[in-house]
Amino acid sequence: MKKIIITIIAAQFIFAANAQIAIKADLLYTVSGSPLREAVVLVKNGKIENVGIGLSIPEGYRIIETKVCTPGLIDARSLVGISGYLNIPTDQDQLDKTSPIQPDLRAIDAYNPYEALVKVIRDYGVTTIHTGHGVGALVSGQTMIAKTNTGTVEQVTIKPLSMLAMTIGSSVSGNFSSPGTKAKQIAMIRTELLKAQQYQKNQTDKDSTKRGSKDLKMDVLSMLLSGNIKALITANSSVDIMSAIRLAKEFNLKLVINGGAEAYRLIAEIKAAGSEIILHATMARNGGDMLNMTNESAAILTAAGIPVSIESGYEAYVPKTRVISFEAGQAMAHGLSFDEALKSITLHPARLLGIDGRVGSIDKGKDADLVLYNGDPFEYLTKVCGVMIDGVMVKEGCD
Amino acid sequence: MRKQLFLASLLWLCASAMAQEKPVAIKGATIYPIAGAPISNGILVVHKGKILSVGAAGSAIPADATVLDATGKVLMPGLVDSHSHLGGPEGGDASAALHPDARAMDAVNPTSDGFKKALAGGITSINVMPGSGHLMSGQTIYIKMREGHVIEDLLITNEKGLYGGLKMANGTNPMRAAPGVFPGTRAKSAAMVRELFLKAMEYKAKIDKAGKDVSKMPERDLRMEPLVEVLQGKRVVHFHTHKANDVLTAIRLGKEFGFKPVLHHLSEGWKVANEIAAAGLASSIITIDVPGGKLEAIGLSLTTGAALEKVGAAVGFHTDDGITDSRLFIRSAALMVREGMSREKALEALTIVNAKMMDMGTMVGSLEKGKDADFIILSGDPFSIYTKVEQTWVEGIKRWDINNPKDKAFLTGGYDVYSPIRGEFHHHEGDEH
Repeated sequence: MKKIIITIIAAQFIFAANAQIAIKADLLYTVSGSPLREAVVLVKNGKIENVGIGLSIPEGYRIIETKVCTPGLIDARSLVGISGYLNIPTDQDQLDKTSPIQPDLRAIDAYNPYEALVKVIRDYGVTTIHTGHGVGALVSGQTMIAKTNTGTVEQVTIKPLSMLAMTIGSSVSGNFSSPGTKAKQIAMIRTELLKAQQYQKNQTDKDSTKRGSKDLKMDVLSMLLSGNIKALITANSSVDIMSAIRLAKEFNLKLVINGGAEAYRLIAEIKAAGSEIILHATMARNGGDMLNMTNESAAILTAAGIPVSIESGYEAYVPKTRVISFEAGQAMAHGLSFDEALKSITLHPARLLGIDGRVGSIDKGKDADLVLYNGDPFEYLTKVCGVMIDGVMVKEGCD
Repeated sequence: MRKQLFLASLLWLCASAMAQEKPVAIKGATIYPIAGAPISNGILVVHKGKILSVGAAGSAIPADATVLDATGKVLMPGLVDSHSHLGGPEGGDASAALHPDARAMDAVNPTSDGFKKALAGGITSINVMPGSGHLMSGQTIYIKMREGHVIEDLLITNEKGLYGGLKMANGTNPMRAAPGVFPGTRAKSAAMVRELFLKAMEYKAKIDKAGKDVSKMPERDLRMEPLVEVLQGKRVVHFHTHKANDVLTAIRLGKEFGFKPVLHHLSEGWKVANEIAAAGLASSIITIDVPGGKLEAIGLSLTTGAALEKVGAAVGFHTDDGITDSRLFIRSAALMVREGMSREKALEALTIVNAKMMDMGTMVGSLEKGKDADFIILSGDPFSIYTKVEQTWVEGIKRWDINNPKDKAFLTGGYDVYSPIRGEFHHHEGDEH
């Protein structure tokens, strides 16, 4: 008996790892091109082997039929896997309050691929997350990019260091005795970046005795200054967004504005600065720095030519995370087109995160990350009936 | 000057009277009366704040009626929210865990712009409750989304002659680190409640014994009076309870003292659906997108609605605003339909079931002759993300219209739309839901 079970498990494992799958979709959103009716996606060795209408399905491929198929969804800014669903001190690893500036804190040292919410959002079709340190510190730490499947952090990680998570706003002064004001927040960041400039200079000195000792914090800030990683600055009020833009200009940072509740008021300034934006969840609560948010932000920014990626973002309480397909759906209900709503949780974040060579659309050669639905992906009554990551079905069935 | 004021107010009175003097007939919509099967191409006639008739195409329209065309739209009763924190309903303070005497009525801001969210979401009647950081945080108020400048303008006096219930809670929220004042355990929580209800029973016995002899009545006691109303079956206990074991405790307390609590939130209601049905209790459940965020909600499932429907228990929904947004109340119901509830029961859960659990089922919650003229007009299927609430009418007066830019702003938000001081956000920090 035991032997039979082992054989079955082994067989399943081999089947899953080497599976060749053909997805037959009544309606396929490649996202990179127009929607395709009666289309087929061929999946082999974890990659998209081919996609199109009227493809013949080679022998040995397992056929899965679905009404609708989209690329795996990409959460542009999440805390899932780091800020756990129990919401007790031992599962909250997003914010260390010993110091307001800690660029040395790595997300990969905290991310838990088995955290309950990872499965929850995976079952809703989220296959890639940009997750990591939280909001509420001037520099709370690093972010990373991972697939939402299980395994060791090394196995699921796409990029161990993606961006530096920074915050300008009232939450920072709530978490630390200093900075206590907006002006002090900016002064402290500038001071630290000036130090990093000096450190960079010293490190490249021809005279090795003048280089000084290595510093974890300064190393990461140097990467920020040299543009190797982007500055992910959470800023929601107009004042704070402008501070972020001013900082980016002074230190030549690659700025991603996160939150951006009042970004719709600063379209010219954001475009002039060339900043990217990861917009707050549409259903985020309109309090505090986000008092003036509007459900129409995604539509307004998109119309102005600024690509919008929608985040789940940080939630301190209930619900512990937002679900990006629900949030993009609400943005659509408030003026964003269906296509742009879908892009805001697939191709736009893939580009912003620099991973569009692998994910974000259904194209030949990309990772086989797919979501199957029994109807319109944004409709309230639609269920996710299948999720594939790297060619493996990680969810099958509508329940 | 005084004369001018008098004239102005006279004119205002005339205007508001005129608004109701002529009947209004709305024709062409698919009407979900809730009291019966949907009527396609139906006609609703309202007059003087009440419903005059609900009928099929061709049914009588009074000759003097203003006729509005709602062809292609969906018309249903104004939604009833059985649990909300709009308007800043503070109850008791940190001096004790039980505050039957604290009234939300004395705290709620009647002109809170939060109520605009309710109107934008199609909500016309609300049970506004103090938070759940106490075993008993105080008396709730039942209010109608009328125009008003004092809280009395908004109150709904129900079939039992009361305008509110009593908020209770168990589980983790009332278990605070304040020994001697707040309970530290679940058993202590129940013991403290039982002790207070024992006192209330003694107090009630004195009243019963005195009968009509006023001289024998016990001294007035503000803490005891609302509890006597509970024991008499007049005042409804709205009981915040999430985990299966806490739900069973709420049921047990109700049985011991002879009251029927409405069970609120019920993250794990799906685990104890049979017990809830056997106790004959109504439930008011919350829809949260994901489980967790607090220990008592880690078992949350959106199948609770379906599980309770299956065993024949009465199911209502609530927003718990600001936990979920009043503008998205219908969405809450839709997600429960996605997870197995019938459309019919989900519509009832937004309307008549909530009305009944607050003893106002004969007044609001369905479109029937003689009931309050509270109704909403939707652009299409209530359970579609593409559908919008277009108009919200309260007692025959249109209170919100998506085509009015000022009204629409409260749906979308934007710069300087909502006031920074409106009260209902304070409890996010206090972990009190």
